[in-house]
Amino acid sequence: MTILDVRNLSVDYETEQGTLRALRDVSFTIEDNKIVGVVGESGCGKSTLISSIINLLANNAVLSSGEIIFQGKDIVRLSEDEMRDILGVGVSIIFQDPMQTHNPVLTVGRQMMDIQYRDKTSKEKKKEAAIDMLRVVGIPDPESRLSQYPHEFSGGMRQRIAIAMALMVKPSLLIADEPTTALDATLEVQIIEKLRELQGKINCSILFISHHLGVIAELCDEVIVMYAGEIVEHGDVRDVFHNARHPYTQALFACDPGRIKEKSKNLPTIKGSIPNLIDLPSGCIFKHRCTQRISVCDTSPAMHRVSEKQQAKCHLLTQGKN
Amino acid sequence: MLGYIIKRLSLAVLIIVFAITLLFVMIHSIPGDPVSTMLGPRATPELKASLEERMGLNEPLPVQIAYFFTNAITGNLGTDVFTNRPVTSIIGEQLSYTLMLIFASISWSALLGIFLGCYSAIKRNTISDKILAVLSVSFIATPSFVVSLYSLLFFSVYLGWLPAIGAGDSDDLWDQLIHLVLPAFSIGLSWVGYIARLVRASMLEIMSENHIRTARAFGLPRRWVIYRYALRLAILPTITVIGVGMGFLLSAAVFAEIVFSRPGLGKLVIDSITTRNYPVVMGSVLLSTIIFVVSTTLSDIINAMLDPRIGRQL
Repeated sequence: MTILDVRNLSVDYETEQGTLRALRDVSFTIEDNKIVGVVGESGCGKSTLISSIINLLANNAVLSSGEIIFQGKDIVRLSEDEMRDILGVGVSIIFQDPMQTHNPVLTVGRQMMDIQYRDKTSKEKKKEAAIDMLRVVGIPDPESRLSQYPHEFSGGMRQRIAIAMALMVKPSLLIADEPTTALDATLEVQIIEKLRELQGKINCSILFISHHLGVIAELCDEVIVMYAGEIVEHGDVRDVFHNARHPYTQALFACDPGRIKEKSKNLPTIKGSIPNLIDLPSGCIFKHRCTQRISVCDTSPAMHRVSEKQQAKCHLLTQGKN
Repeated sequence: MLGYIIKRLSLAVLIIVFAITLLFVMIHSIPGDPVSTMLGPRATPELKASLEERMGLNEPLPVQIAYFFTNAITGNLGTDVFTNRPVTSIIGEQLSYTLMLIFASISWSALLGIFLGCYSAIKRNTISDKILAVLSVSFIATPSFVVSLYSLLFFSVYLGWLPAIGAGDSDDLWDQLIHLVLPAFSIGLSWVGYIARLVRASMLEIMSENHIRTARAFGLPRRWVIYRYALRLAILPTITVIGVGMGFLLSAAVFAEIVFSRPGLGKLVIDSITTRNYPVVMGSVLLSTIIFVVSTTLSDIINAMLDPRIGRQL
């Protein structure tokens, strides 16, 4: 069953310099119990995508077209009150920066009990639920730590608390926005393992945003590669990682320090930078940095299905050269 | 937390001692011999000398300061030079009027200011926010004595709704409250604007922070997000400002006490300075300093109670 269906989503930001076209014609689905990773450089639209799904876009953002169907309802058309029946119920989210994700003047227990406000159970039951959840994510001595404030926890602990809160509501869709970026490598592995373990228990789907390719490969079933506000490749993790079809995906993998086998003085990079999204170039969005550019790249490529489980947006695929 | 309170209180005592010593020196360096001023030009040297001795003015300054503090601790602030009444009781009579006035002023202006600030922040950049901005700035810019005079003219003289002068019958609470309305309105009005602006700014800052996004992402009720999650943080700078504001209100109260002919600490200080009535001046100044230090200390302690991070920093 499809949990989330994003169809032709386009989001613009009104800026002083003009309209910034942050997301253009983004479509994908997330199935039951699947972990879908989204990978891409900074500024590729990952955060805008998340904000659209939870309907908390910035004030200057305009959702210019598209639908976001979550469990049969189009989130785009819901009012703030109707949205409240989805947020913290069917969808929950783990944000990027664990140091700022909790309210600094309320105890962890208070915040964990507040998010259960819909449950008609007693205060004691809610407290027990919070304690259980903290124990599950591996916070030692959860009973006494419930009365502590966020600043009394370390970064890794705070991220575990964020995970505990997001999973406590037993969502159908968990959004994880670079949940391990602010943490060191050892903690990263622990958090990823915890996430996978709990996903199995709760049976939810996860939309996992990261720019850490190793983590995506480790955790996800599918991967979406984004570039400058578009999806350029989407497919089964194994297919995409072993046989990337889009030149951007190939370049991205070539730059992954985890995949570099030879010693060299300079790390590889993709030459050039992301195009200006206010004044979009015509044709393929990646053509200025692409090493395999051909003449037809001045027209926009369409998403091309290369196999049952993999699709990419590149002219080379239809030209039969890649 | 307890450690923080103890540290803050000892700091408060230190500030009071320092401020009073400074004021003692300053008052004694005002030109004009107090004894000649009080006794007039035809006083004999013997008479002057005996008064000087009675007031302790023949002692060196450090000794006078030391006497002042040792007596002040036991509640003895000396006697009024003219009436021979203890300064403590003179001030005591006036103190309640001034405290009532500044407390009433800051209460109504804080409540209204905080509410308007939240409202502006939620309705940011709408017409009502802009109207409130103009009003707030106008309130801030209008001196309290102007508000005093015009509200007196309008509400008391023209409409006759409220009493013009005095503090009301000391046995009749309702009468006292009625007499409090105009003075409290006059000196509180600019604070409404000030606090509203301040709360609006810090609310907007807090509302854009990540933890508020988290609260909203969990679908918490709007009212909780605003009042429990945002205002509790946004209110902290306002509490500090109110603490300091109590001190400024003490001087604003002087105007109101003169315009509305109210008894009070401010009026007492002015009268005593013109007559060089040192014991009364020193007593009132000591009390004003204490009010100021107590209110700022109190605001710091309230802040520490609301924000658990503060108590740990000191």
